[in-house]
Amino acid sequence: MDVILPYIWAFVVGGLFCVIAQILIDKTKLTPARILVTYVVAGVILGGCGIYKHLIDFAGAGASTPLTGFGYLIAQGVREEVDKIGLLGALTGGIGAAAAGIAAALIFGLLVALCFRDKRKQ
Amino acid sequence: MGSIIRIPKPVYILSAATVAGQHEKNGPLGEYFDIIGDKDDTFGCDTWEKTESEMQRLALSRALNYAALRDTDLEAILAGDLLNQCAGSCYGLVSFDAPFLGLFGACSTAAEALLLSALLCSAHINRCAAVSSSHNASAERQFRYPLEYGGQRAPTAQWTVTGAGAFILTSIQDDLIKSSYSKGAVPTISEVLIGKSLDAGIKDANNMGAAMAPAAADTLLRYFKESSLLPSDFDMILTGDLGFEGSNILCDLTAAKGLDISSVHCDGGLIIYDRTGQDKHAGGSGCGCSAVVLAAQVLRAIRTGQITNMLFVGTGALMNPTVIQQGGTIPGIAHLVRITSDPTS
Amino acid sequence: MQIDKKAYQKYADARAKKSPCAKNCVCAFLYGGLICTIAQGLKDLYLTFLKEKEAGALVSVTLIFIAALLTGIGIFDRIAKHAGAGTLVPITGFSNAVTSSALDAKGEGFILGVGAKIFTIAGPVILYGVTAGAVYGVVYYIIQLVL
Repeated sequence: MDVILPYIWAFVVGGLFCVIAQILIDKTKLTPARILVTYVVAGVILGGCGIYKHLIDFAGAGASTPLTGFGYLIAQGVREEVDKIGLLGALTGGIGAAAAGIAAALIFGLLVALCFRDKRKQ
Repeated sequence: MGSIIRIPKPVYILSAATVAGQHEKNGPLGEYFDIIGDKDDTFGCDTWEKTESEMQRLALSRALNYAALRDTDLEAILAGDLLNQCAGSCYGLVSFDAPFLGLFGACSTAAEALLLSALLCSAHINRCAAVSSSHNASAERQFRYPLEYGGQRAPTAQWTVTGAGAFILTSIQDDLIKSSYSKGAVPTISEVLIGKSLDAGIKDANNMGAAMAPAAADTLLRYFKESSLLPSDFDMILTGDLGFEGSNILCDLTAAKGLDISSVHCDGGLIIYDRTGQDKHAGGSGCGCSAVVLAAQVLRAIRTGQITNMLFVGTGALMNPTVIQQGGTIPGIAHLVRITSDPTS
Repeated sequence: MQIDKKAYQKYADARAKKSPCAKNCVCAFLYGGLICTIAQGLKDLYLTFLKEKEAGALVSVTLIFIAALLTGIGIFDRIAKHAGAGTLVPITGFSNAVTSSALDAKGEGFILGVGAKIFTIAGPVILYGVTAGAVYGVVYYIIQLVL
């Protein structure tokens, strides 16, 4: 049971983050782009106050995979860099922490564009 | 001075040709399209813009073939599409040796081209061509999102038709003898009415039907007020691509002013796709929609005598994506062309 | 024809067919939950040979790779049509936004097309994420000075 529980929480919490966004998409005039920006910024704020860490400890990938987790990663990186090098860390910490994700997205995006063509919508 | 312009000398639709894609082939009119593309809707081209240009070239070539005419026989080509700078038309038809006029009426371009062609042929020239097109991929790229983007479409959203329609018009009666369309009744343009652009304040680019319906209502109300005819005098009133939402709104708006068109009204966006079998939400749209439905469904019915008198009302949403992002609204427009099979009516 | 814009907008909004929110939410929950569960499994796998931070980064990279590949093959948008926010909210949405933009701009060349337009959709997330982080960093620094 102990082994499965983290997976159940990852599923439920991750699913709930998606449901909230879906309700915002369907019921409000907010576009997906604005909702995702809100998620990232919310992740930074909640990560900064220390609240999001508890969610990560509890739900694991259910909290780190959604875009709020990306914001948390940025906040964590900024905090560590500011502790290490001072004010300049506010600039280096965010992109530094997100580097793997941004570089991967860019490079895989380019590779896919090299190998594939976009297709008509089904 | 009235709104209805009577065409003084009969202008015949000598021939028409349609080019369509896979979704259209699988719809109710599939067997009536003249040229169907490959399974990827690329028509052998490596970009979507080139594809749409190729579709226009194919449509006009085929229409000329049906009319037993050459491009040098045309005194004007009037063409337009949805792409920036009308790339589909400008690049697609550059190889034809005939004078060229580019048009923009958004999805009402087919009606606009037929309207202007009829005016020209009735007074100043003898033969011209009216061409318009749209392609789902090139429209999505320009107006909405990259093709592979994982977004969901709203229920009120319409599906841009991959289609091109070319019509050859003539005022020379002898041309009818050589054309393949001369078998059966000849579609003739007898009246036209130029639409007024109308801004009803709609900002939602996912609900074009609502944006266009008021303009269509205005055009029809002006026509019927001035003509003293009734909707029941016509076999069909075909709007280009109002779709499900727009069609219902149109019937509401006209009924509120005492005009009941519901018994003869059809919409191209609802005819082109199977509403139950094909998941196209509110229906088809695009310049190609009204063009191919008019050619494949209506003109065919006129030639076989099923329709003798109809109104073709091409509808367009005159929107610009940048202006929409700036908070702007979507004006609509609707041009009317009356097509009959008896030139004396 | 005169038209009262406000009244017309209300009328059009009221009669417009609404999205099937309940069905969309169930799908978003299931797909989103599944992606996060897969991420959890990958994390546990990677922790057997990597440290916490590196394992976390590799999970992101793996999901980004899978989403990019599915986008290139042409399947991602078909899944996303049903999943809605379920594929949009996890890091897969970010990857799809970047890859689909790159594929879309291919016709205009790799420098002026792909290079210039690759962040057309994903740009806001990076801009405002980094900006929010920088603001937080300044606030955090000041708080540390004061305390």
